[in-house]
Amino acid sequence: MSEKLTNVISKFYDEYYNSTPKRLKIVDAYLFYVFLTGVFQFLYCALVGTFPFNSFLSGFISTVGSFVIGVCLRLQVNPQNKTDFTGISPERAFADFVFANLVLHLVVINFIG
Amino acid sequence: MKSSAGGFGTQWFLKMSTDKQDTLLKMSILTIAAILSFSTRLFSVLRFESVIHEFDPYFNYRSTRFLTEEGFYNFHNWFDDRAWYPLGRIIGGTIYPGLMLTSAILYHLAWFLNITIEIRNVCVFLAPLFSSLTVMVTYQLTKELKDAGAGLIAGAMIAIVPGYISRSVAGSYDNEGIAIFCMLLTYMLWIKAVKTGSVFWASLCALAYFYMVSSWGGYVFLINLIPLHVLALMLTGRFSHRIYVAYSTVYCLGTILSMQISFVGFQPVQSSEHMAALGVFGLCQIHTFVDYVRSKLTGEQFNLLFKSIVLLFGSVGTLAVAIATALGKISPWTGRFYSLLDPSYAKNNIPIIASVSEHQPTTWSSFYFDLQLLVFMFPAGLYFCFKKLTDSNIFIIMYGVTSIYFAGVMVRLMLVLAPVMCILSAIGVSGVLSTYMKNIEAPNKKDKKPKRADLTYPLKHEIATGVVFMMTAFLVTYTFHCTWVTSEAYSSPSIVLSARAGDGGRIIFDDFREAYYWLRHNTAEDAKVMSWWDYGYQITAMANRTILVDNNTWNNTHISRVGQAMSSTEDKAYEIMRELDVNYVLVIFGGLTGYSSDDINKFLWMVRIGGSTDRGAHIKEHDYYTPQGEFRVDKDGSPILLNCLMYKMCYYRFGQVYTEQNKPTGYDRVRNAEIGNKDFELDVLEEAYTTEHWLLISDQCLCISFATYRTGKHAKSFATNSSLHRLPGCRRHLQQNKVNDNQQEENHNEDHGPAARKKSCSVVYSTPDNTNSHGGVDRQVLMPKPFIIQLADSADHLHSEPIAPHVLAVAAWVKLMK
Repeated sequence: MSEKLTNVISKFYDEYYNSTPKRLKIVDAYLFYVFLTGVFQFLYCALVGTFPFNSFLSGFISTVGSFVIGVCLRLQVNPQNKTDFTGISPERAFADFVFANLVLHLVVINFIG
Repeated sequence: MKSSAGGFGTQWFLKMSTDKQDTLLKMSILTIAAILSFSTRLFSVLRFESVIHEFDPYFNYRSTRFLTEEGFYNFHNWFDDRAWYPLGRIIGGTIYPGLMLTSAILYHLAWFLNITIEIRNVCVFLAPLFSSLTVMVTYQLTKELKDAGAGLIAGAMIAIVPGYISRSVAGSYDNEGIAIFCMLLTYMLWIKAVKTGSVFWASLCALAYFYMVSSWGGYVFLINLIPLHVLALMLTGRFSHRIYVAYSTVYCLGTILSMQISFVGFQPVQSSEHMAALGVFGLCQIHTFVDYVRSKLTGEQFNLLFKSIVLLFGSVGTLAVAIATALGKISPWTGRFYSLLDPSYAKNNIPIIASVSEHQPTTWSSFYFDLQLLVFMFPAGLYFCFKKLTDSNIFIIMYGVTSIYFAGVMVRLMLVLAPVMCILSAIGVSGVLSTYMKNIEAPNKKDKKPKRADLTYPLKHEIATGVVFMMTAFLVTYTFHCTWVTSEAYSSPSIVLSARAGDGGRIIFDDFREAYYWLRHNTAEDAKVMSWWDYGYQITAMANRTILVDNNTWNNTHISRVGQAMSSTEDKAYEIMRELDVNYVLVIFGGLTGYSSDDINKFLWMVRIGGSTDRGAHIKEHDYYTPQGEFRVDKDGSPILLNCLMYKMCYYRFGQVYTEQNKPTGYDRVRNAEIGNKDFELDVLEEAYTTEHWLLISDQCLCISFATYRTGKHAKSFATNSSLHRLPGCRRHLQQNKVNDNQQEENHNEDHGPAARKKSCSVVYSTPDNTNSHGGVDRQVLMPKPFIIQLADSADHLHSEPIAPHVLAVAAWVKLMK
């Protein structure tokens, strides 16, 4: 079964590599970076603790938020999802992305203490 | 208004294109609705003056004043040593500051524009102002849900719906006044975000949610409803990328924004009320990820991958939750949350919640009283929503169904129900009207086609006309009902009482403020006043004296201590009062006048709350009943009751007073009984003050009497008002007085109809809320001479209007939704 599983995963990777536009790959790279940051933060809090809880929370929510907003951007600029997002051009999506990040990080700065 | 342009005005109106006409018409209808919603809330200002109502608003008013005078940072760090003596209270960290900030900003804005408005007036008119804004938002929301026509109806309906007016009349300066606006704004932006799938709208929604969190504890409802909507969409297979974008953004931004309010703190990631939102957020991520992977793989491959991943994450997730619960990271289910799910929970377990009448289950009559037509049109609206199911319609259905449940659990949550009732009813009315209007118009058009082709059933035109007329009649009665309810039930400030004389004139009793002003001007600056918690906020705001407990009820043991003092014998109470460093005791007594929400009627709650802690374990409720289990103040009453401090304070020297014709002295008009313990002296207390208008008021059989007592054996004698001695002299005026027909209520929570929330059927008048200078003098000036003459003339046919019981207790909030 494990062989099959790796098989499936490699197939998935091939599919991704071949059929995803470059623009989306850039977004994916960003998302992957944010994801790693999140994992790192989580490990850190598991090992060291969450003592200044507000700092930890603002850091962690910052990564989660960035990730989620990044995913939103990716969904909106993906040409396959055109039908879902009528009236949202990639430019508009990016402006929204910046706006949401602005709101998020202003709050994070306020909260990090 | 534009419509007032008159005859030649119609010409330019007709010249405009249909689109423009349409816009103009909508604009003017909306403007009129907004103005209506503002002005219908002004009854109390017109009848009295601009004065803050009830209990909690006094606290809000006081903190707003502090905020405008001292600035935001001092407000944020404000430690209030006037309340909860000797504990004090950190105000900045224990309130929702949205309301105060809103009015402070409006105040500064007005001053910046050289409008020199007083801060009190900003506070008084804030709620009506925001109700106008609510009209606009409701229009937008309903427009998103159905169409502009339904939006207009919803706007007009919410402008006058009593369920909402009850919390937002001028002077009712409370969190709910702006919270409903915030709530509907958040919903509107949420629907927009769901419809467009835009991050921009979702971010705005999160900001609106932040405003909501900053202003009302009821945000918990909102943060559970939105995830519920998402969950419902998932279950019905309507989950799309749009929903993902909307919800993920709202949740992430909203959570961190809500944690900026210091009272909320880390609750959004810790307490169980917020966990549903977190769970749905996680589900969203998984759902989207799974969808993505599925789109890339074949069915079989996907199934394999799916199974392994579910197995992995399922076990890890369960473990994590179990550990978090065991370590206490996820806080236990709080009592208030239980009380929402199980209506009897609070009653059985937490006396301080149960003692507030607006936490009682709602009666059927109050549904009708507060919503009237909407009750019947609500299902119709639901039908129309189900008929054309969309993502946003599912939201309003969920909102309607959940809030009708919660409104059934607690009277005060009627406020949350009222807007959705308006929206769904508007959808219903609009649906009915647009269906039948078409049938009416048909014959009016040029009869090109033969008429019969239209007729799918006989008398189509007539039936349509009938239905439209019926609907119009319903709407008209709705309007009349709303205006009547507003004017009669929801527009009295309860700080000033009134009655109607036999000739229709209004008689005003201002004893509350009289007592507070007396305290303000005649006691030492640092005097500590003991009273039941209902009056705490008012005493600090108006008398500016230190109090032991107030409406914030955060410390049960402290309240319990006060309850013990009130229900002990004089000697025991004296010990407690020394321990608490009490200088004055304030009680409210309505036995002379028939004001039924006085301290004797609340007394059983003092006993219960007093006996609910260890130190008060010797105080048992059944000791205060007769062997038959009745609560009586007459000769048959329990001797413990007849000798406790509260009884003695209230009935001190009452035994010599004639209150009613053909009755012995000491006849209590609320309990309808001759008191059992007439001749006693107070050993450790001394009567300091009893309100000034005792004589005047006693003529009307309707007043409250205040007695302020000074403790301490060497207390200096404060001039006791001689009015008490004059009482028997005024008996001749009392001859025709009818017995006040107040229902005797044993506990102050028994009546939980709409009337319980505000007193009904009373006309009120009040003197200026002049808290910063010589209040007593003001009142004398304002208590008009002709008034007294009129009293004498009409004394023969005076009668008092019933004041619904328990006004005071009802208005007292518990923290839940603050």
